Amino acid sequence: MTADPFTMWHPVASEHDVPYRHVHHGQLLGRELAVWRADDDFVNVWENRCLHRGLRLSIGSNDGTELRCQYHGWRYANRSAGCTYIPAHPADAPARTICNRTFPSVERYGLIWSGESPVGEPPTVDVLEAGTPFGLRNLPVHASAELAVRHLQAHRFLPSGRLGAESAAMSVEWADEYAVALTATTDTDDGSASTAVFFVQPVDSGRSVIRAVLAETPAASEQMAVLRHHATELNGLVARIEAEAALLPAPEPMVPVLQQVPLHLAEVPEAPSGRQAALRVQVRRKWETAAGVAAFELAPIEGVLPTFQPGAHIDVHLPNGLVRQYSITNGPGETSYYRLGVKLEPDSTGGSVCLHETVREGDVLAISEPRNNFPLRRDSMRTILLAGGIGITPLLAMAQSLDRMSLAFELHCFAQSAEHTAFSDVLDGLGESVVRHLGLPPDETVAEIRRLVATPDEFTHVYVCGPGPMLEAARREAAEAGWPDDHVHFEYFKNTTEIDDSSTFEVALARSALTVTVPSGSTILEVLRESGVPLPSSCEQGACGTCVATVLEGEPDHQDVYLNDSDHEAGDRIMTCVSRALSDRLVLDL
Amino acid sequence: MAGANGECQNGAVLDQWHPLGAIDEAEPNVVHVTRLLGESISFAVTPEGRSAVWRTRGDLAAGMPVDPESVAGTLPSRCEFLYVWTSLGDPPERSFDIPEFFEPDRRNFNACTIGLRTSAPRAVENFLDMGHFPFVHDGLLGSEPRTEVVDYNVHVDGDTNEVWATECQFWQPAASATATEGQMVDYVYRIMQPYSILLYKSCPAAPERMDLIGLFVQATSEEHCRGHMFLSLIDDESSIGHIRRFVQTIFAQDVPIIENQNPKRLPLDPQAETPIRSDRASILYRRWLSDLGVTYAVIPAA
Repeated sequence: MTADPFTMWHPVASEHDVPYRHVHHGQLLGRELAVWRADDDFVNVWENRCLHRGLRLSIGSNDGTELRCQYHGWRYANRSAGCTYIPAHPADAPARTICNRTFPSVERYGLIWSGESPVGEPPTVDVLEAGTPFGLRNLPVHASAELAVRHLQAHRFLPSGRLGAESAAMSVEWADEYAVALTATTDTDDGSASTAVFFVQPVDSGRSVIRAVLAETPAASEQMAVLRHHATELNGLVARIEAEAALLPAPEPMVPVLQQVPLHLAEVPEAPSGRQAALRVQVRRKWETAAGVAAFELAPIEGVLPTFQPGAHIDVHLPNGLVRQYSITNGPGETSYYRLGVKLEPDSTGGSVCLHETVREGDVLAISEPRNNFPLRRDSMRTILLAGGIGITPLLAMAQSLDRMSLAFELHCFAQSAEHTAFSDVLDGLGESVVRHLGLPPDETVAEIRRLVATPDEFTHVYVCGPGPMLEAARREAAEAGWPDDHVHFEYFKNTTEIDDSSTFEVALARSALTVTVPSGSTILEVLRESGVPLPSSCEQGACGTCVATVLEGEPDHQDVYLNDSDHEAGDRIMTCVSRALSDRLVLDL
Repeated sequence: MAGANGECQNGAVLDQWHPLGAIDEAEPNVVHVTRLLGESISFAVTPEGRSAVWRTRGDLAAGMPVDPESVAGTLPSRCEFLYVWTSLGDPPERSFDIPEFFEPDRRNFNACTIGLRTSAPRAVENFLDMGHFPFVHDGLLGSEPRTEVVDYNVHVDGDTNEVWATECQFWQPAASATATEGQMVDYVYRIMQPYSILLYKSCPAAPERMDLIGLFVQATSEEHCRGHMFLSLIDDESSIGHIRRFVQTIFAQDVPIIENQNPKRLPLDPQAETPIRSDRASILYRRWLSDLGVTYAVIPAA
């Protein structure tokens, strides 16, 4: 019974075919392959075809982590072959999972092994396992693998240490459909012997590659002579194989089946609606500003960037389709770029992972104009800035503004360690106004915050940004100390409240003379957008304050973390992305 | 669809007018031999610019002198828009119109004819595509990071059954032979026939008018073709040599790309490749080819 070549492992390249930053053009059983080694030494074996327009990926470029198609600059990730970047649509693509076809790969005996749908593991060869394998030159042959294997069984060579011998006795150790192992022994007294294994890669029906491996590595001084001997003998063999192949009718080339892309990828995606990304910026610089924190400088592609104020954030539309908010950390006058700090949150839904792993210098990103829902008052005698971890980002912009205006402030940075403190260089420039609180456990952090806000003062304002528990603690401690709500300002990263969207109610728009029903499962923001009332939004989870609307009548059902308790009690503003109505009807000033 | 000898059996393609070569590059009264749709085709032109086209035969070999008007058993032919055209089927009376061609201040000429180892529709689709400019024509028709393709409109004209892509825009560092600095350039694409496409491009010398660049593709077989690059420009300054060098540089950058597409024939099945929004023109082109019943040089949808 003949084994099915499509379920077998075959060599598709030699180690030296896949140096770093190169893409090898291979072929197996008629199918073209792009074989490339990433900098982490994973060898990728992919269909040699960009899913976009069928361009050969073997003419693309390997940057060590991704393969870039030459045609439209699409980038595909090491290992997964998932598309990470589509330059034609920096704002929205590839929101869909576009993935090239991959084949398994294993490195063994100096060869890269793969297959259409191989079963089990690549073959192990005892003589190579026991020896010190030494790869010989590859020889392409214009003949079928079957013909090559047949001729290889009669192949002759000399043992490595006896290249001057007249001849050697040859024995076939074993042979199968795609490999032959031969031993050459000279009949001198010491019986010197060499074993070589000849693997035959079936490239197409009428083409193959002989990949030979000697069981023992010759002494360094003899290697060149051994390589030359085998090259000469194999060249003769190939000439004999091709001479016979030329007499046979040329076989029909194999026709590999190209997989269809999934139906949802075959349709052109709609233009994104909702959150707008009006600006295009280029990642001018990306660096690690602290352990697990990447910093980005985003420069305009043309013209100047819109003005920002301390506390402002932008929406970044990521190459994976997500939209995330990041504070601008710039000081006054730093207007030629926006500087962001992004902490890697491996457990999040993929925003920070994308920025850390996929986005790189030179990429184009779509961003919104800056919005400021965390404004800094500059009329207080003193300002206390409390930063927890990556919560430093908006407060850094504030601190630099206050410093420039010679206004009294304290910037308290709570962080795990000095290595975890982002933008240390900027902090250093702010001198003694910066106080670092490093490595405090949670209870000591709370105690420290309690101490810092112990004395309410009508001429002092407090700004807090950090993780949820720290914000809650600061909110509580300030309230207990007797600070009025409007002197303590918070910026939440996210809203961890469980949103209850089960209610159904009516929303009347006073200025637009329009009444709509918000059913359970939909938000006010969504229903207004569907009705053609555009409302700006950003985080869409009740944390950033962008989608605020003024309430004229009715009782809001607040579910946001942006408004403070007094705001909630007053009931004259509502975050339309998460909050709803307790009354049957709300009248909004829209 | 190919016949036993690689010849075309596809009526929708046979009935089209196909270009064979530039009139003023063919020595008059001499037999010229080329290929079309898998067949060997001969043609000759008179000094006055009339043509005769016939299936190649032994008594009229390449290079022999001939009086075109005396050749018997000829195929339909016409000399129009710089080229000799023929049809192997039953062609329409008119092919397509280019009214701008007749404006007196235009310079009309064949910029180049280049053989391509790919199918005619792959060449047309590449010509229709803006997204590759920064990657394939870096520094000329595009430049990173200005890679975005803004949304444009596409439609099939109800009267002429031509495919149009309008309001296309792309930022180009050196959009034409006369450009000295980068600019947003307006494009309109028009596909008149399965293998013929025209591009209208904002003209640096006359802001109200458009330069025309055409790619008229001669499908020599299903997977080989010759691209004839037609120009109709408003440009008094540049020498023809300078313009030709510019256009040929661009075309030469495309060649290694489109010759490395797999498969070579254009797949019409929507699930064969992955479109994005900037590909709306090629999506419509592929659908339109299906609707016309084109099966030659394409892989028809199942």
